Amino acid sequence: MNIIVCIKQVPDAKDVRLDPKTNTLAREGVAAIMNPFDRHALEEAVRLKEQLGGTVTALSMGPPQAKEVLLEAISCGADEGVLVSDRAFAGADTWATSYTLAKAVQVLGAFDLILCGKQAIDGDTAQVGPGLAAQLKLPYVTCVQKTREASAAMLRVERMMDDGYDVVQLPLPALLTVVKDINEPRVPSLKGKMKAKKAEIRVLSAADIKAEPQCIGLAGSPTKVARVFSPEPRSNRRMFSGTAAEQVSQLVEEIRGYL
Amino acid sequence: MLALKCPRLCAQENTVDYFLTEEQRMIKETARQLAEEKIIPKRAELDERDEFAAELLRDIAKADLFAVLVPEAYGGMGTGAFDIVLALEELARGCVGVATSFAACGLGILPILISGSEELKHKYLPSVAEGKHWAAFGLTESNAGSDAAGIRTTAVDGGDCWILNGTKQWITNGGEAKIYSVIALTNPEKGIRGASMFVVEDGDPGFSYGKKENKMGIRASSTRELIMKDCRIPKDRLIGRKGTGFITVMKTLDVSRPGIASLGVGLAQAALDEAARYAKQRVQFGKPIISFQAVQHMLADMAIQTDAARGLVYGAARHIDAHPADASKVSSMCKVFATDTAMKVTTDAVQVMGGYGYMKEYPVEKMMRDAKILQIYEGTNQIQRNVIGQELNREYA
Repeated sequence: MNIIVCIKQVPDAKDVRLDPKTNTLAREGVAAIMNPFDRHALEEAVRLKEQLGGTVTALSMGPPQAKEVLLEAISCGADEGVLVSDRAFAGADTWATSYTLAKAVQVLGAFDLILCGKQAIDGDTAQVGPGLAAQLKLPYVTCVQKTREASAAMLRVERMMDDGYDVVQLPLPALLTVVKDINEPRVPSLKGKMKAKKAEIRVLSAADIKAEPQCIGLAGSPTKVARVFSPEPRSNRRMFSGTAAEQVSQLVEEIRGYL
Repeated sequence: MLALKCPRLCAQENTVDYFLTEEQRMIKETARQLAEEKIIPKRAELDERDEFAAELLRDIAKADLFAVLVPEAYGGMGTGAFDIVLALEELARGCVGVATSFAACGLGILPILISGSEELKHKYLPSVAEGKHWAAFGLTESNAGSDAAGIRTTAVDGGDCWILNGTKQWITNGGEAKIYSVIALTNPEKGIRGASMFVVEDGDPGFSYGKKENKMGIRASSTRELIMKDCRIPKDRLIGRKGTGFITVMKTLDVSRPGIASLGVGLAQAALDEAARYAKQRVQFGKPIISFQAVQHMLADMAIQTDAARGLVYGAARHIDAHPADASKVSSMCKVFATDTAMKVTTDAVQVMGGYGYMKEYPVEKMMRDAKILQIYEGTNQIQRNVIGQELNREYA
């Protein structure tokens, strides 16, 4: 099974700031990590490879320093890393990003499965996975918590729901986005690190993937961030104390006042 | 280069630069990430439930750390004692119980590495390098602790096999390992000088395990009896020549002791980290307690002793990797100093944290319990001092 894993380099969540002028995330001087959900997607890909054979290609879109997460992916079991990087991609929203990744996937050649994290922890949109599937006209399942069965032709997976899970079977090629419950990612191995040390990351430009200029970057992005703000703290908050039973009766009393 | 992310253990590391190579840094970082992501979240539960950390050893195997125990010629990527020390130190920062199980695998294969034939090495070492099979070392018996001459286990030449009889006690990885290197008397009249080493495998006829010990610390490791009753093993399981068992054991322990010492360094560092972090947060008399000189001096001593121990252990491991004629004294010195340091620093960490330190919600009480065994196993610190003293007596003759 040949698998592509989409990986995003994100600022470390402990250290997030907004640029007050552009209302976007300030990325300079912030430690960058592999998006945590993507670590789980990568782990699932490596496990499927160990089970069924094939290759795992880590794919990222981002500035040149995003090579770091692709090397980390190789140290965790990916066979190669491909970075889609071009100044023309700057300012891409989820729509333009999905388009760009889809064009890159088409350049990479035949594949059986694309795995993505459910969402990135910087934007939290959870749109790029499904967007990429739509661009490529692939069947997809989001929020996968377990791979029940995998073969060369089909997958049966569990989709996490608020009140349980769905069991979904889908033909390959397909796309899945995964939640953290799906597995426990391994740490980068020594041999993987040695391999990553020697690895070359293939870089694809806008021209390499034959992207239409009006479809990428800011020009290809219908989303405009109008304003970003912190919600006002709610002032009328009250904390109850005492035992659970005491707190419940205080709460009941409080609610009665509004009835 | 791949950045190391371990905010919990080492926000800033401001300590002596040991000029590690890139490969050595990779070993250290890999072990640290294992401690951080895999071991620390599970250590309290494993300790509480007295449960062998099989799953964590598999995680360690996936990260290729077992390969560090074995030289390249036999399927590993190890270059000697120093690499192993680096890995053990960081694993011990997570949990000494888990690190002990890993260390015992290294100890178990050392007799084969030191004295075994090429056939034995090729047969057993690659599977350990992969982490597929675990190993153990069987020396101690009920009447043979510090006094190895008390060994009663025998091995008799049965023509086409060796027949072993006897019971080994307190064997780390007992019941979990596949490969056991065991010492037995092949010529009882000559006492310990008539001993030989053998490989016994899990599943050999006449080989079984006794009860699992209920220990004060390192509860994530398994400690059991090895029971050999007319245990028949093939002739080619003899490690080295007949009658060289005791020499092999002594050489094995000379090489392995810095590993135990490094468990002490990692444990002391972990206790210092916990105590210092707590002292910054804990407010008494209107100030964080780290601002009080009484606490500062305790933390300062803990830091000095930990760094001194690390320096001695690293030095000793590098010394051993240079293959000196006799490494006993240096090896014993680092074992004594680093493990006594671990006992003192973990005890002080509990003291700095006061009542909280004594409670199981915090990890330092476990660290203090785990520290004690380091002064006892692989030769008590009193025996180590004997070795050092006897060596000095010879040197100044």
